[in-house]
Amino acid sequence: MDDGRDKLRKWVLIIVMHLAALGAWQAWITLGEVEPYIMPAPLDTFATLLEWKVYAWGHNTMITAASVFGGFWLAVVVGVGMAVLFSWSRWLNDALMPLIVSLNMIPKVALGPIFIVWFSYGLGPNILIAFSICFLPILITTARGLGEVEPELIDLVRTLRASRWQIFTKIQLPGALPYIFSGMKVAVVLAVAGAIVGEFIASEEGLGYLMMQVQVTLDTAGMFMAVLMITAVGVSLYAIVLILERLLVVSDARME
Amino acid sequence: MNEGPSFIQLEGVRKVYRGRNEDFLAVSDVTFDVQAGELVSMVGPSGCGKTTVLKILAGLHSHEDGTVRIGGGGESFDPARDIGMVFQQPLLLKWRRVIENVLLPAEILGLNMAEARDRAGHLLDMVGLTGFAQSYPYELSGGMQQRAAIARALVHDPKLILMDEPFGALDALTREKMNLELLRIWSESGKTIVFVTHGIQEAVFLGSRVVVLSAGPARMADNFLVDLPYPRTLDMKTQEAFGDYTRRIYKLLGME
Repeated sequence: MDDGRDKLRKWVLIIVMHLAALGAWQAWITLGEVEPYIMPAPLDTFATLLEWKVYAWGHNTMITAASVFGGFWLAVVVGVGMAVLFSWSRWLNDALMPLIVSLNMIPKVALGPIFIVWFSYGLGPNILIAFSICFLPILITTARGLGEVEPELIDLVRTLRASRWQIFTKIQLPGALPYIFSGMKVAVVLAVAGAIVGEFIASEEGLGYLMMQVQVTLDTAGMFMAVLMITAVGVSLYAIVLILERLLVVSDARME
Repeated sequence: MNEGPSFIQLEGVRKVYRGRNEDFLAVSDVTFDVQAGELVSMVGPSGCGKTTVLKILAGLHSHEDGTVRIGGGGESFDPARDIGMVFQQPLLLKWRRVIENVLLPAEILGLNMAEARDRAGHLLDMVGLTGFAQSYPYELSGGMQQRAAIARALVHDPKLILMDEPFGALDALTREKMNLELLRIWSESGKTIVFVTHGIQEAVFLGSRVVVLSAGPARMADNFLVDLPYPRTLDMKTQEAFGDYTRRIYKLLGME
């Protein structure tokens, strides 16, 4: 089947390109004789994994994943929930939306030190920072999606005396799903950034904290490995979102 | 031929849209009757208020003066269950398969779904969509989507079908084909149909009666029976009588 061959070609290309990038990186370091504390080679970077316990890779990655996933899913629940409330109450929307947009102008990173005062060090403030940085795109895309219903479709179901709940569950929410997912994809990237910055300033564990620790000893290989682990956390969350989208949204309606 | 009151009676109906600065008289003094089982074409220039009259019939708009009575002529009428609507756009839910789209009114009304599913299957056969029950709307052409919309309007077995320029977005050939299909569906289902169009030929070709409205505010210009036998064929459009009817409407609308 051509479709199957196309898919295979796509996957082969993805893997080849990623390996090629690693190869180019290694070649540059080896041939260019770059100082390892400036730029470590991929092999040296991966070698830090051998000292699993020293870096506590497992624990730190789990902590970072917890802030990223926690902040992200909290943002999905709150963002979608608020958008739904706003779609039900014009008044609530007009009253709160401008305030939320203003609040969004606050650099969320600057809240880190304040969160520490309120919640002390730990997972909580990091989840909050990740949440605060990634919830607005979800709120905005969901609100937009919920509003994108043809008025005539509403007329049609109103002649059948459809309840507000029926209109919501059968028409508005499924219609908004493609929008929600496009907001979620943007939010994944932001959640990762938010969680890491949070760990730089307000944490005693996690990959962000680990980076600050090994920076002192110019352990660039360790820092690079931490960056790769952070990326892996982001990629796995992104993959989960893509899989959910594939399951829930008909291919024609997806927003690529 | 018909004894007693008509199925639909509109008398002196008047509708004013209340604007911010000024009121807008959309419909002034519309009066006509529809007998059970009739196919009445309502024709007039764009923006003449035909759609408003249709929405008043659907119970979506209130009206200021006059009376609107549906039910009578030996037919009871439940406004929640006895209206099926078809618009210019098919308004299918793109995340639902065709059969699930057709079933939407049955779901909203809480009908027995096993029976409704059965019925929906027959209706898809009737509108010529055999074999497309499991397709998604994007896999269908515009004409086929509109057929699905017609099946959806019939699934809860309503007594009255309201159509608002249902073939207005289709190309000329598909439109003629759909006209013939609609006449067949009408004769097979025995429904009362009110068909809004700005196509004068279409109005005469379909209608057992034609109601002509003049431009804004909608005002009765004429109301006459079309004495052409059913089943109607496309070559009737070349006949003398057909030409007389269309000329009569052109004259009323000041286009001669």
